[in-house]
Amino acid sequence: MSLMSEVGQKAFNLGVPLAVHMDVTYRCNERCVHCYLDHDDHGEMTTAEIKDVLDQLAEAGVFFITFSGGEVLMRRDFFEIVEYARRLMFNVKIKTNAVMIHEEEARRIRELGVDTIQISVYSHRPEVHDAITKLPHSFERTVKAIRFLREQGLRVTIANVLMTVNSSDHSGVQELAAELGVQYTLDPTITPMMDGDMSVLSLRIPGEELKEVFRNPALVGNQEEFCAPPKPPTEEDLEGYSCSAGHSFCYISPYGDVFPCVQFPLPTGNIRQQKFLDIWNFSPQMEEVRSIKAKDLTVCSSCSHVGSCSRCPGLAYMEGSMRGPSTADCEKSFYRTGVPTANMLKQGLSKPRTMAGNTAPLIQIRPIAVPA
Amino acid sequence: MPETCIYIARSSAIAARALAGEMMVMNSADSTFFTLNEVATTIFQAADGRTPLRDIVRNRVCEQFDVDPEQAQADAEQFVTELSSHGILVVSNQPLASETP
Repeated sequence: MSLMSEVGQKAFNLGVPLAVHMDVTYRCNERCVHCYLDHDDHGEMTTAEIKDVLDQLAEAGVFFITFSGGEVLMRRDFFEIVEYARRLMFNVKIKTNAVMIHEEEARRIRELGVDTIQISVYSHRPEVHDAITKLPHSFERTVKAIRFLREQGLRVTIANVLMTVNSSDHSGVQELAAELGVQYTLDPTITPMMDGDMSVLSLRIPGEELKEVFRNPALVGNQEEFCAPPKPPTEEDLEGYSCSAGHSFCYISPYGDVFPCVQFPLPTGNIRQQKFLDIWNFSPQMEEVRSIKAKDLTVCSSCSHVGSCSRCPGLAYMEGSMRGPSTADCEKSFYRTGVPTANMLKQGLSKPRTMAGNTAPLIQIRPIAVPA
Repeated sequence: MPETCIYIARSSAIAARALAGEMMVMNSADSTFFTLNEVATTIFQAADGRTPLRDIVRNRVCEQFDVDPEQAQADAEQFVTELSSHGILVVSNQPLASETP
């Protein structure tokens, strides 16, 4: 086990929030076709409020903080926020579309000691990338920004969200990443919109294409190992937890709402009304999330994939139950291994239903009303 | 001959946080990651650039831990040299300004 994994396990066992993802705004200069956010400002935290939150997070033991959005640079105070976070000695990561990063911003990011900058690139073809972001010349501006960041010696990761409209472009984006000297990561997950609209799920790549992705060694490494049939679950698997959400990780919205994860819209409290540690330690919702072991899952506990599935409790929650299956992950497990999941067998399916047209309860991330 | 003073300060490139009494330290320049034991954490926390290392050892380490002063000083110097080679600490024989991002 690496030192980092050991520390992660220690934080998990102690219930220390080692990592936090904070969206500083939902405003954005792009309008990506798959984005799950609305881009209006419903009352973002002020600079002073965010600094207070950062003080609280440092006190709570948070080490890794990811600033994301929306587009983080839509906030004029963004560098002030990052500077404050660095003074508190957080390890800072930034997620951005980078179109507002020029030489000056790149230099500032380097001076502030930011660890990594993750940038969304959807295609190596400008017309495809720009069609997804709906911002003309965004590809050109984003790639230019990556070069500025690299000139400063910064670590950059290209995040390539894979969907129907760019499903054949991942190798081109990988080549672009190699040419730019940056890391590449691929994500085939499309999340329902925060207002509950599921229509965006029609952009999820079809199962057969997912199967091809999972069999591409350039994307998954050792394909035989990655696609191996699941091993029978052990007692340790059944006593285990889905992920770090609510255990050593959480998400804070621009309005101060605290959730177990950015992909898990279960409101647990608002930092404008309560101290962060009170929410983290005593929120009944956080406690419920933390209590769920694999053996408690309604369908998945009897699934052969339970020990190796990437089941996301947040996506399961959005489908109706945080103890239930996440269909998107069932689909991944099936197309990765060819072995049907318990959820599919329960429904009498030999292969997953297409996600398009899937209906789930409307769950929304909305700012909690704060008394004036 | 007067004894040479060593001053130490934390680098501005690092991230650090205590977890259950041990300090996690990461250098953002190359992502090297360390955890420091309690004695090393005491020295790291006292690295303000103004207090000589021998005072940190004498007033903090020897006060808090049951250690031989000479051995503690030798271990502290070795520790400081190692962390400075990874860009975690800045070492000088003159007082240092505290590095901030």
